[in-house]
Amino acid sequence: MMQDDLRRQPSRVDGRAKVTGKATYIAEFRFPNMAYGYLVQSTIAKGKIRDIETAEAEKQPGVIKVLSHKNLPKLAVPTPAPDAIPRPFYALTSDEIRFNAQPIAVVVAETFEEARYAASLVKVTYDQAPHATDLRSVLGSAFVPGREQPDRGTPENAFAAAEFKVEAEYYIPIEHHNAMEPHATVANWDDGKLTVYDKTQGIQGTTGYLATAFGIDRANIRVLSPFVGGAFGAALRPGPNLIVAAMASRELKRPVKIVYSRRQLATAHGYRPESIQNIKVSADKDGKLTSIIHQAVHNTSAYENFSEGLVGVSRGLYACPNVRTVAKIARTDLQTPLWMRSPGVVSGIFALESALDELSYKLKLDPLELRLRNYADTDPETGRPFSSKELRECYRQGAERFGWSKRSPEPRSMRDGKYLVGWGLATGTWPASQAPASARVILNADGTARVESGTTDIGPGTYTTMTIIASEVLGLPIEKITFVLGDSDMPPTPGQGGSTTTSSVGTAVKEASELALKALIDAANAKEDSPFRGVAFDQLVFEKGSVAVKGRPETRRSFQDILKGHSESSVSVLHRSTPDAAERGKYVIASHGAQFVEVKVDEEIGQVRVTRVVQGTAAGRIINPKGAHSQEMGGVVWGVGMGLMEHTEVDHKLGRIMNPNLAGYHVPVNADIGVIETIFVPEEDKIVNPLGAKGLGELGLVGIPAAIANAIYHATGKRIRSLPITPDKLV
Amino acid sequence: MRPFAFKRVSAPADAAKLVAANRNARFIAGGTNLIDLMKENVDRPDELVDISRLELTAIRRTLDGGVSIGALAKNSDTANNPLVRSQFPLLTQAILSGASPQIRNMATNGGNLLQRTRCAYFYDLGTKCNKRQPGSGCGAKDGLNRYSAVFGWSDSCVAVHPSDMCVALAALDAVVNVRQPDGKERKIRFAEFHRLPGDLPELDNTLSHGELITSIDIPKSNFGQNTYYLKIRDRASYAFALVSVAAAVELDKGVIKQARIALGGVAHKPWRCTEAERFLAGKKLDAAVLKQAAELAVKDAKPLSDNGYKVRLTQRSVERALRRAAKI
Repeated sequence: MMQDDLRRQPSRVDGRAKVTGKATYIAEFRFPNMAYGYLVQSTIAKGKIRDIETAEAEKQPGVIKVLSHKNLPKLAVPTPAPDAIPRPFYALTSDEIRFNAQPIAVVVAETFEEARYAASLVKVTYDQAPHATDLRSVLGSAFVPGREQPDRGTPENAFAAAEFKVEAEYYIPIEHHNAMEPHATVANWDDGKLTVYDKTQGIQGTTGYLATAFGIDRANIRVLSPFVGGAFGAALRPGPNLIVAAMASRELKRPVKIVYSRRQLATAHGYRPESIQNIKVSADKDGKLTSIIHQAVHNTSAYENFSEGLVGVSRGLYACPNVRTVAKIARTDLQTPLWMRSPGVVSGIFALESALDELSYKLKLDPLELRLRNYADTDPETGRPFSSKELRECYRQGAERFGWSKRSPEPRSMRDGKYLVGWGLATGTWPASQAPASARVILNADGTARVESGTTDIGPGTYTTMTIIASEVLGLPIEKITFVLGDSDMPPTPGQGGSTTTSSVGTAVKEASELALKALIDAANAKEDSPFRGVAFDQLVFEKGSVAVKGRPETRRSFQDILKGHSESSVSVLHRSTPDAAERGKYVIASHGAQFVEVKVDEEIGQVRVTRVVQGTAAGRIINPKGAHSQEMGGVVWGVGMGLMEHTEVDHKLGRIMNPNLAGYHVPVNADIGVIETIFVPEEDKIVNPLGAKGLGELGLVGIPAAIANAIYHATGKRIRSLPITPDKLV
Repeated sequence: MRPFAFKRVSAPADAAKLVAANRNARFIAGGTNLIDLMKENVDRPDELVDISRLELTAIRRTLDGGVSIGALAKNSDTANNPLVRSQFPLLTQAILSGASPQIRNMATNGGNLLQRTRCAYFYDLGTKCNKRQPGSGCGAKDGLNRYSAVFGWSDSCVAVHPSDMCVALAALDAVVNVRQPDGKERKIRFAEFHRLPGDLPELDNTLSHGELITSIDIPKSNFGQNTYYLKIRDRASYAFALVSVAAAVELDKGVIKQARIALGGVAHKPWRCTEAERFLAGKKLDAAVLKQAAELAVKDAKPLSDNGYKVRLTQRSVERALRRAAKI
């Protein structure tokens, strides 16, 4: 999107608070008389704790107590059988070690520094058991969780018979979210009621988790999370910090704060699992796909079955009559993986879109042309129509903007001085879901409005997007609206994941705003001289804080006037929106994108720079253009990280993550990022939700790693099938 | 971190005396590495002697026409100093390719020499490391060693020195001026300042406890603009070197009078390629001899399980850095 267009668009409503430090993140909250907890983590990957010696730690100044499974009361959750699966992990509840750097004790002290120092003096002895953390070492026991998916057509036969085919293996290492804000909780029990400030993407989920763990009613729990400093999936499940802070506070009868250190954070939450994917694709001489066989395996933990699916994209991204997908998982002695931005899809697309690129060279067919020849006009799996799909337009506009027609097809054929230049592309998609969600809209007598919803804003601009939606419906300027979130006392919403918040919460805000206007008119009509009596609602125009009958400006009344004259000082509407499941069920609903990447490669030293990216996006109506532009750029930046540098390094001898810090785990810096252009193609969708808007958060990333790998092949003639593509793989 | 006493001194003599008196005391200046190590519990001093107010910040021309840089001059001030920029662009280039502007604004020259390895095992108290805990073993040698040494390592340690600045100083044959606790001064040739790990990997350098670096002298040389610092890393900025090369050549009518090649990221200390340097001396400059020198530079490399790439990368980097330095 062009800068000039964006300049006129609304900015982040919370932007000033964020840049001036007024936005309060979890570690900044405090209660009077609060104590500080610091976690002690295991140094083995599997076994049992023999003993935890705390005497030395407890002698230190300021230390209140060292808590562990030895002295903490039991939670209300049933103790699972040792081999049961799932066997959810509750920190500090047993002597069992399930993964390395597992939290096993917490030192609580008057200050953070005292707690941290004393934690270094806690001595732990173990009965160690043999562990396995390397996916390749446990492939033999991989299994399909749940049911196997039946083949479409006869993929093996089609592959065997095909003239043009590719078979290859693709590898993606463990990756961590590495959000700027660490996981943190401030917990306080007061008279049987529990209040927590917690870094979370799901206020309701966190509330329910605590209710189950402590066996208390949800009504006695309040969870607050007003600002989240990036999460990307890492806070979709409660972290050990939450349960430990709440247990410690209950035990010590004081508020307790726990903030993870960067080093500790690698096991505060799960990660994108390590995956190995085998793909076979074939085509006839016209470039029509005849088979896709996509078999993937990734690691899970020893105690839960986490599956990303990962192969789903191969069933629906292209029209292909013969498809087999198999998604297996294998147990490792690491903690359970977790959803990380574009889970499953970005990994599956890396393999599928790399393989398709390989196939295009065998066919001597332009990679874009190959994709157009296999364009799916209806869902290849079910035959259902798409609710909308402007992917063709993404390809067309993206290619035009990028200059794709000037690409010379041969690898190593384009140069810029000493650099080899490569152009690659990939297709992206992400399901556009909607879930029930609630919001409250309050119209105040002073002409302002307050909108409440118990969602979170993990960075995409939820505060802003919801304010824009309310502003459009209510006809109130943005500055007259206060949107608040992040409190379990507010109307409930689903967790913020899967690019569904605008779709779900936005619909609730839109519909609640409409109902609030109806209530406002009811209030006006309580007076006999109301000009709106007997006028159909759709004949009313709401703008600039006032309402008038269409075409009759003399009927204009401000919201203030209406509410002043009414016995109630304000209008308050609580509304729960629900998706139209029957109608949605007739369609496949997804956002789409085409991602074009230019790399310049300094071959001698293996250095790759992503110099230019054009991101073509079809995601229905774009409600918050600046936020959308930002998210799609962020997706590219993430893709550069995943493609070229991100890699959680595990020492399999120790079963331990060895680069749990931002010096060892590389994400892109400014110097790594070239020009990023975003294009939002117009797309009308009356099915997805009443807003016509689809999610964007994950879509911006999904094709980028594949497009980078494809561009590197085009530049160098080297096909790298293992991420990240670091210099050592190219020299 | 462990509680510690903090003492600020205003004279070098006091600083050296205080530290010498307590085995567990450390000098602190910019603190950009020491504070990290303390937070991670890797280093646990009980006394910090703040030397940041000492008058050791001068950067000046020496009598022999070289430049002396104060131990407490900031890395950024050093890199941007007009004398350094004009006379030793190699040093400027090396400093500016390390860390971030914020860190360079804090970090001092003396501290840069004393920064400790970034080996992941050194930093993780849950693992073995002979450098952190002598006798415990080396986790990296048979563990993750993509970043580890390919030259000069021992069975007890495969860590690499992380500095960029020191690679340039090694190539420029700098001399480290040190004040001993008894007030005497001594000079340490840069090549002898840092150590190879041998059986004592806990010792990074040849300083005795309580010795204070006061300045670093860079002797006059005739490399002029024929120097180049090349750094290869996993991202464009703010990362430690996989391999770095400081190259300098003195040219006389198309003949290489002398050459210097120092490597970073490949050994426990900045690694001088003396054999390649000797080979180049007196040769007529052309691409072929530079290529041969690069081959010689990696002749004795001994890669570990994950870092064989460093040998290829080093060879190519040496060749390129020499070409850039010689401007061919």
